Amino acid sequence: MTERSESGPAHKTLEIGMALLIGVFGLVVIFGSVKAGISWGAEGPRAGFFPFYVGATIVVASAINLWHAQRDDDGRLFAEWGQLRQVMSVVVPTAIYVGSMPFIGLYVASTVFIAWFMRWLGGYRWLTTVAVAIGMPVLTYLVFERWFLVPLPKGPFEEWLGL
Amino acid sequence: MKPFVLNVALAAIAMSCVGSTASHAAWEPVRPVEFIVPAGTGGGADQMARTIQGIVTKHNLMKQPLVVINKAGGAGGEGFLDVKTSSGNPHKIIITLSNLFTTPLATGIPFNWKDLTPVAMLALDEFVLWVNAEKPYKTVKDYVDAAKQAPSGSFKMGGTGSKQEDQIITVGIEKAIEAKFTYIPYKGGGEVAVQLVGNHVDSTVNNPIEAVAQWRGGKLRPLCVFDAQPMAYDEPIADGKAWKDVPTCKSQGLAMEYLMLRGVFMSPKATKDQVEYYVELFKKVRATPEWQDFMKNGAFNTTFLTGADYAKWVAAEEKRHEGLMKDAGFLASGN
Amino acid sequence: MEELANLFHGFAVALQPYNIMLMIIGITLGVIIGVLPGLGGANGVAILLPLTFSMPPTSAIIMLSCIYWGALFGGAITSILFNIPGEPWSVATTFDGYPMAQQGKPGEALTAAFTSSFVGALFAVIMITLVAPLVAGFALRFGPAEKFAVYFLAFCSFVGLSKEPPFKTIAAMMMGFALAAVGLDSITGQLRLTFGVTELLNGFDFLIAVIGLFGIGEILLTMEEGLAFRGGNASINLRVVLHTWRELPAYWMTSLRSCLIGCWMGVTPAGATPASFMSYGIAKRLARRGNNFGKGEIEGVIAPETAAHAAGTAALLPMLSLGVPGSPTAAVLLGGLLIWGLQPGPMLFVEQKEFVWGLIASMYLGNLAGLIVVLTCVPIFAAILRVPFGIIAPLILVLCAIGAYSVHNSTFDVMLMLVFGVLGYLLKKCNYPLAPLVLAIVLGDKAEESFRQSLLGSQGSLGVFFSNGLVSTIMALGLVALFWSAIQEGYSRLRTSMA
Repeated sequence: MTERSESGPAHKTLEIGMALLIGVFGLVVIFGSVKAGISWGAEGPRAGFFPFYVGATIVVASAINLWHAQRDDDGRLFAEWGQLRQVMSVVVPTAIYVGSMPFIGLYVASTVFIAWFMRWLGGYRWLTTVAVAIGMPVLTYLVFERWFLVPLPKGPFEEWLGL
Repeated sequence: MKPFVLNVALAAIAMSCVGSTASHAAWEPVRPVEFIVPAGTGGGADQMARTIQGIVTKHNLMKQPLVVINKAGGAGGEGFLDVKTSSGNPHKIIITLSNLFTTPLATGIPFNWKDLTPVAMLALDEFVLWVNAEKPYKTVKDYVDAAKQAPSGSFKMGGTGSKQEDQIITVGIEKAIEAKFTYIPYKGGGEVAVQLVGNHVDSTVNNPIEAVAQWRGGKLRPLCVFDAQPMAYDEPIADGKAWKDVPTCKSQGLAMEYLMLRGVFMSPKATKDQVEYYVELFKKVRATPEWQDFMKNGAFNTTFLTGADYAKWVAAEEKRHEGLMKDAGFLASGN
Repeated sequence: MEELANLFHGFAVALQPYNIMLMIIGITLGVIIGVLPGLGGANGVAILLPLTFSMPPTSAIIMLSCIYWGALFGGAITSILFNIPGEPWSVATTFDGYPMAQQGKPGEALTAAFTSSFVGALFAVIMITLVAPLVAGFALRFGPAEKFAVYFLAFCSFVGLSKEPPFKTIAAMMMGFALAAVGLDSITGQLRLTFGVTELLNGFDFLIAVIGLFGIGEILLTMEEGLAFRGGNASINLRVVLHTWRELPAYWMTSLRSCLIGCWMGVTPAGATPASFMSYGIAKRLARRGNNFGKGEIEGVIAPETAAHAAGTAALLPMLSLGVPGSPTAAVLLGGLLIWGLQPGPMLFVEQKEFVWGLIASMYLGNLAGLIVVLTCVPIFAAILRVPFGIIAPLILVLCAIGAYSVHNSTFDVMLMLVFGVLGYLLKKCNYPLAPLVLAIVLGDKAEESFRQSLLGSQGSLGVFFSNGLVSTIMALGLVALFWSAIQEGYSRLRTSMA
């Protein structure tokens, strides 16, 4: 991977990581199934019977995938650092957006999120940004809460407005 | 409870603005009321909730909209926990069925009906023992004899859900007649009735509304009702027979009684005025012709209870379920 | 003949100006419901049901069935444009629909999807009109064992298709099964794999997984290339509709096959989801350009859409004649019928002739009206892709969040959606196929449920899956589908050795 002009994490590393992650998931499933009971009772299989074998299959399949990933060494990159930075520039704000939703409500969070995205990632003028960032939540409110009567999460701001 | 203070303040403002004529209740909703259904769309509880929503909308019984929301996860546990954690929010009510008792007992989720504020019992749902009309048994006695003669476990009883009302009744019948059934759980009551028509099970304990169409079509036959007295509706349904002509199981030598609660609760810490508002609302709903039609279609037992009577009834019923579920071995291992 | 007279009477009722107006309103509302995430058909119809209480029953059912059509049509739009299926049966539409949109052919994909929906639904309505009483009894033969056989067939016709490494396919599919198992076990009524977390009581809803894996995952993949977005050259005039229509008759065989699969699945009632996957899988095996499926093949849009909507429509037959809803949306419609005092069941066709034929007439007209409305809007939908990615991406993310939230009214689900999004990005980059994972989430618990119901009934004997002609045939078909490529190879080897 050193011949490349851009560097980044090796594809192999990620493959191994993914196989391990899925394998661990399989172990969790096996653990949970054993707790629910995996035997074949008088009236057919019990609650954990199928999940147990599903979990076991996941572990076996991941072990094989891990072995393949280990062998396979073509020096491919998973992605360049620059590309990953782009991806993270969406993931991180979305995580903040999603995490703040229970506290400040969907509308305020969406306004801030859209504004941030358009202004810093999209580089739009303030006027366009503000129009979309405010217009979208207002439209959402009208469509979901007024017309279709679907309540969405609200925070202190909506409480203050008395909505 | 800051939001609550705010609500009361807003309510006061709203009332003074509108110059409310509602003198009987000192409280009124100031935002849309969420009507939680702890069961899936299309089931018995859901139908009742949506009928109420329709009646409220049509007769303009509330100033704010009533919004039905299904929270069926974990045999209704999702809905109960949601209302339990909405302490002091008077804009959330929940319609319950027997899973009010059975779900916490069978799954061990941290919930008890005492966590909620009781509002009113709207009706009680009956259970009827059904068999396929092609089968030779015409009376409960024929049925019991057939069940006893069949090899243990080969007689199949279909029902809705696992470790819930249908299975409790099945275990009760097993005890009463000393036979062993195989209980097969399905997702919904309509599906259970059709499985019986298709002879994939030998009998069911469907609610009247779930199987009435098949009875009228001559596909199913009711044997008895699990109530202390016969149902009140005398309009003929099939072969000149009405709901009233279905005998009680007890009178036929099958000693098992079971009625299912269709009642309303609201979130914890509701004030007396708030409860009073909803009680009045449901009284108005019950007076409409649409509601009476609905009761007749489903052959419901129309007992209406509120306040302390209601709470007492629920408490007694909880004890009974605990006993029934314990005998049947349905309690969660943690309990 | 009497039926035909009734049907024409039904047309006359449906064509009154008031009812035509309701039809158009219904279609428009339906399309909105179908497009907005989280407001899928069942929810939408449930929300609008109370509106119809003050109308006469025939008008109300016309409006409701038009909402139903609109929602069915609308579901394909987000699948094709943004890779976000709003309903389980639209998942298979994304496989080729989204690549087509990416290649600048959103208009073609949408036209193909809408037209196929129309054809599938029309075929099913004609079937209902002509052979309703004959077919209705067929559903009664489907007990748990037969249902399991159908799910088995759906899985078999779909696996073995992917070009990804086999053990990655297995791992992905098993992850789907495991996720589907979380929550309440419906046979024993006990909780499993929840580890005491109350948010996991509902298990993993398909919609949240799919919005994350497909929708968010796709946005993250796009972000690798930065904000430069390339869908801008989509043609946006109505000529694309005519142009696509000229192409469609060539695929009549696929259409017919998908119609038949759909009607069968709808009547049984196993539902539209297995129908769409099964139809896609079989089309891929039999099509001349089958190897190109998944890269934007128009046939890969026609097959699942036709089957899904034939099934969705045919599902109304068991609902009316037996009172068993074939889908959640049908369940809500059923509730509506009860409120008007109409009791679905064997007697409905005898006692409420006028209503039944009015409904069937409105199905013909609603379907046609729906097609016209959505086709004229194709350029508008296609134009959405011209909006720069910097604006559309945050809006899609917000709509995804709303969709994930409104499934269970839970902010936990929104976080889950993001986790699935990152997972979807990583899985896709590591060459794990997502389709088997989603198929397993959608059908996994149903398949397990009917498997265990069958074993309860047979007291633990596996012989129940070969106990009668019907179930044995379906199981055998499943096995043939599973080993199709091996059989094909064996056959061609046999022929060369003979020659």
